[in-house]
Parts: sequence; C-alpha cells; structure tokens
Amino acid sequence: MTDLAYVSPRAGRRSTGQRLGRIALRWLLYLVLTLFALWFLMPLFVMLTTSLKSLDEIRTGSLIALPREVTFEPWLTAWGSACTGIQCEGLKPYLLNSLLIAIPGVALSTALGAINGYVFAQWRFRGANLLFSLLLFGCFIPFQVVLLPMARMLGLMGLAGTIPGLILVHTVYGIGFTTLFFRNYYVTIPQELVRAAKIDGAGFFRIFWSIFLPLSLPIVVVTVIWQFTQIWNDFLFGVSFSQAGTQPVTVALNNIVNSTTGVKAYNVDMAAAILAALPTLLVYVVAGKYFIRGLTAGSVKG
Amino acid sequence: MTKWLETQVPKLVLAPSFVAILVFVYGFIGWTAWVSLTRSKLMPRYDFDGFGQYAKLFTTPRWDTAITNLGIYGVLFIAISMALGLLLAILLDQQIRVEGAIRTIYLYPMALSMIVTGTAWKWILNPGLGLEAMVRGWGFETFTFNWLVDPNMAIYTIVLAGVWQAAGFVMALFLAGLRSVDGEIIKAAQVDGIPHWRIYTAIIIPSMAPVFLSAFIVLAHLAIKSFDLVIALTGGGPGYATDLPATYMYAMAFSRGNLGQAASSAMVMMAVVFAIVVPYLYSELRAKND
Repeated sequence: MTDLAYVSPRAGRRSTGQRLGRIALRWLLYLVLTLFALWFLMPLFVMLTTSLKSLDEIRTGSLIALPREVTFEPWLTAWGSACTGIQCEGLKPYLLNSLLIAIPGVALSTALGAINGYVFAQWRFRGANLLFSLLLFGCFIPFQVVLLPMARMLGLMGLAGTIPGLILVHTVYGIGFTTLFFRNYYVTIPQELVRAAKIDGAGFFRIFWSIFLPLSLPIVVVTVIWQFTQIWNDFLFGVSFSQAGTQPVTVALNNIVNSTTGVKAYNVDMAAAILAALPTLLVYVVAGKYFIRGLTAGSVKG
Repeated sequence: MTKWLETQVPKLVLAPSFVAILVFVYGFIGWTAWVSLTRSKLMPRYDFDGFGQYAKLFTTPRWDTAITNLGIYGVLFIAISMALGLLLAILLDQQIRVEGAIRTIYLYPMALSMIVTGTAWKWILNPGLGLEAMVRGWGFETFTFNWLVDPNMAIYTIVLAGVWQAAGFVMALFLAGLRSVDGEIIKAAQVDGIPHWRIYTAIIIPSMAPVFLSAFIVLAHLAIKSFDLVIALTGGGPGYATDLPATYMYAMAFSRGNLGQAASSAMVMMAVVFAIVVPYLYSELRAKND
C-alpha cells in the first residue's frame, strides 16, 4: 500500500496540465488534513486559553481569542480551592483519590490478566474455551446491569463508598480485557518452548516466571496503559460507589462544573478539566503507540 | 497426589477470576433480572410480580424519549464516525509527510475522559459566551447556535461531541485495515491503469469488511454505554430531552429510588448490547477455534 502515488508506468508521459492538477490536488489534501487537525485541536486550545483568562475578559472577549492578560489564578483555584459541593478543596484530594484507585486497580487486574492469559494460551484444558467465552462476554455487558447488586454487595462487604471498594470494582471488571490482551499475546509464543521446558522439569509457575514474563514487556505496557486510561477516565463506577471524600477526579470535575452556587467560573472549570485530563494525555503523548495498540487489540482481526 | 495437583494448577490459578466473573457478572445479571420482575421501589423485594416493570417502562414518556434519543444518537454517531474515520484514513494513506503527527492529533480525544470532553464542548456551545457569541462578535448579529439549550436540538450536541471523540479512533482502525490489504493486488491494478479512486472503491474498501464490522461493534457499544458524556454536556436536559437509557437507569436507581424501573431498563440495555455483540463474538470465537 505504500507506493500508491508513485508507481505508475505511464507517469513519464503525463502532460504539464496533469502534473499541475496533481500538485493542486496535493495542496487540497494537505488543506483538508490541516482543517481537520484544527477541528480536533480547537477544544483543547479553547480550554487552555479560557483557563488563562480572567472572568471579565471571558465575558467581553471572543471564545478563540488569546488571553490579553495571562492569569494563573484559575489554575490555583482549580487545584486547591474550587468547590465540589460543600467542600472547597479544589481537585487536589480527588486527583490523589484517582491515583489511589488506579494504581492498585491497574496492578491487580494486569497481574491477574497475565496469569489467566498464560493459562488460556498455553495450558488448555477441557472447558477452557467455554470459560474464555464467559470471560469475554463479561467485557461487553453494559455496566448498568451490575450497578444495583454491586452497590448492595459493597455494602455487605463493608466497602460501600470506600477506595478499596472502587479498586475491587475496577479489578473485577477489568479482568476480561486484560486476560484477552495477554492470551492473544501468549498464543503467539510457540508451544514447543513450553513442552521443552516441561521435559527439563520446569513447572507451571517456573515456566511463566522465567520464559513468559521476560517476553511480556510490550503487552504489559499495552495493558497497563489501557487499564490506567479506563480507570482514570471512569465516571459511572466513581459516581455510583463513592461518597464525599472518596470521589475520583472525574466525579469531582463534574461537581465543580455543575455546582450551582455562586458565579460560574468558566476559567476554573477549564483549568480543572485540563488537570483531570493531564495524566491520561501525558500517557498518550509518551506512549501513544502502545495506547493505540490497546485500543485496536481485539477489534482488528488477525 | 502431587502429580494430580500439578495437573490442576492451571485450573486453580483461574479459579479466583472465574469465581469473581461468575458472581460479579453472571450472578449480578441474574439478580438484576430477578429484581426487574418484582415491585421493588426504594428497597429490593424478591417476590415475583411478572413483567409489570417492563410494561410500565414502555408506557413511560421519559423512557420513550431515552430510546428515541438512543436511536438518533446511535445512528448518527456510528454513521458519521465511520464516514469521517474512513475519509481521514484514506486521506492519511496518501503518503503524507507528517502522518505520525497528524495521527497523534486526530486520536488524542480518545485519551480523554468523556467528562472532560463534555465539559469542553459545554463551554464551546454555551450560547451566551461560546461559538454563538463569537460569530456575533464578528458582526453577524442574528447568528444563533443554541442547540445546547434547545430541547429539539440538544441531542445533536451529544452527537457532535461523541464524533469528535471517536472519529480519530475509527480512523486508526481503518488505517490499520487499509495497510493490511495485499499490496500485490493493488500494484496489479495500477499496472492495469485503473484510476486511483477506483482502486479504493473496488478493491481496498470491499476487502475491509471485517474492519467495518469491528468498528461498528465498538461504536455501537460506546453509544449504548454513553453516560458520562450526557451527564457532563447536558445533564440529560433541557428537562429530560437528552436522556439516554443509561441516564434513565441511573436516575431511577440513585435519585428516584425506583429499583424495579432501574433494573428493567438495565435489562433492556443489556438485551440491546447482546443483540449486537453476541453474534459477533460467537462468529469470532468460532473462527478462532476452527
């Protein structure tokens, strides 16, 4: 697919008119691509500039104008003193909550996914296919269908409204995807390797530890990024199973933006939105390749 | 004994995850299904009451709105995201010099929380201070763009923000699909002098049918689960003009204290998802086992 534009046996016989048409087409192509890039970037740009303006300037100025006077006040407010309801501590404690939920949630679901994927890929037993299908279907349920019983279960376990409760929820509903990722990766490792190791007397865990884990870095990165993005960006579980003080950052952001008390501080809203988005954006910029691989894993055949 | 234990290790390792899935997915679905067949209000009741909740659900105007909205949003969101994603993928497939950078820009919204996306677009679409005010400031005094507060148009703002978020992802799927088409066939077509656009419409796109299918599945799944975007962008309003089944379910469960309605609406959502996903997964799994 790579040399589509160049390989043409009759290219040498093209007239000047055709060549000019080609150049014009090329310009048009770049123009369209640039316009789309602007469309995708516009909200980020607007968020950033709005967050650096004073409220006065927002009311009198234009949406896409650069700030006449840059102020960092909205950022400080969003970080430390914006109100998410009755509390006015900014996003800071909620960013910490999200981290406290995401780190164990990612670690647990990734570890479980790795060992499960290893079993499904290399230690197949009777019924393994059925188990795998059950696990996979679990990935696709709309979570609304488990919200009510989950709330009761967390209550029974004494975890209602707590951070460990949210870690449990994210781990359980993450297993399906993490297992799928690792299984699809480990399937490509030749079974002869396992057989040879078994003949040498290595057991289940030994083989996993000294053959599979050392090969796993790429898929671990993909899975960690996927899970981190999922858990950090989650809102439904966060809003359903948290209480004042344990809310993740997405819930706090929504509360700041939709709080009805006082003057609407759009600049603070935008600064808060960027703060909430920063960790996943950073991951995307640093490890975009792995992010995309996670997104497309399982959705592109072969 | 140890020998037997050794052969059981893989199963033992799977056991905790399997039990968790059995309880937290299938057990919970069962619980919700049962509650949807009772008269539960604020607290769950377990005495069977037939399909009364479903009958009530489908005579509730608010649910009607939610289903209609899901139809509008689902169809437009999927169709526009696919069309735009395919267009962007084809444009990017023309040996663009800065392809990597452009791809990064097109795809970054997918890394954002829908709450962030909703917050950003809510501000941009704010009639008093956003796009409308900006265009009026340019001298077009009568320009109106108040979809966000117009009950008839508000659902389209959700489509707009949804497409903005997902189009780049669809592009990435299609781009991967385009690149996996057999190069030999394309070269042969070029040698035969078949025009560039015909190669796309007659050879490349038809051979990408599986990619279309998976893009459709992913988008449909995203559409049905859309909850955060609506909450952040419109809060389901004005009134309940932009309610989706997901927000209806949430309102019944957590603010109206009507567990029966919440459970039955959740079951309907699951039925819709499974009607789309089950045949797909079934064929995928069969293809893998063959």
